[in-house]
Amino acid sequence: MEGQRRSFSVVLKTYILLLLFLALKALGNSSMAWGMKQVPETMSINPALYLRAMLNPFVAIGIAALILALLTRMALLSLADLSFVLPVTAIGYVVAVFLGQRFLHETVTHQRWLGTLLILAGASLVGSTAQNTNPSAEDRQ
Amino acid sequence: MRWVLVTVIVVATVLGDLLQSHEMKRAGEQSMTTHGVARLLRTIAQRRLLFMGVACNAVSFFAFMALVQREALSFAVPASAASYVLETILAKFVLHEYIGKRRIAGALAVLGGVILVGG
Repeated sequence: MEGQRRSFSVVLKTYILLLLFLALKALGNSSMAWGMKQVPETMSINPALYLRAMLNPFVAIGIAALILALLTRMALLSLADLSFVLPVTAIGYVVAVFLGQRFLHETVTHQRWLGTLLILAGASLVGSTAQNTNPSAEDRQ
Repeated sequence: MRWVLVTVIVVATVLGDLLQSHEMKRAGEQSMTTHGVARLLRTIAQRRLLFMGVACNAVSFFAFMALVQREALSFAVPASAASYVLETILAKFVLHEYIGKRRIAGALAVLGGVILVGG
């Protein structure tokens, strides 16, 4: 009974962290893209340019959200296998294209949508086999 | 330039993923409460390989900043999925892991998707 309660709690924590990760990643990517488009200097290998770009509030919000997303993903990896984390977080690719089109007014062609869906399918396939390095394990699936 | 930045992002991401995945399993369960985040930051500071993993993430992050300035978000994010292809190649030729047909199919689908996204 105690074991069941603990495993339910781990599953719940995993899904909460997963949703938090996807939301933070979406916010971070969009805010960063919006802010970086407003920065006048083109980024190169000069670190000062990146530091100046971080003064843009949208870039700063994007960085904060992406750092939190990174920490959330690390916490997620401590609870769940990479083979679970990789395919489910691949949904983020579709979310990014949707946000780019909807909120950043980017032109997204059918070809780009098709490519993104292909990436989602491919990432899910790769992720679902990430831990199976033994031929018999994968062949059974 | 767009593909140079995508390559930097992909290589740094793959290295960061490998190091983080390896180290976080050893570090034990983490949480995102205030104490949990403080503990996680201490863990990063104490574990050299985990710190290097985070440094790889930083490199990937700066390259991503440069990429989204030049390119659309709807290109930058999906193109970074090319990391799955590199991970599969590394798993096969460096780690000498068995790579099943599903994983090869998945990596090829991602590669095809990245080419379509960039076209």
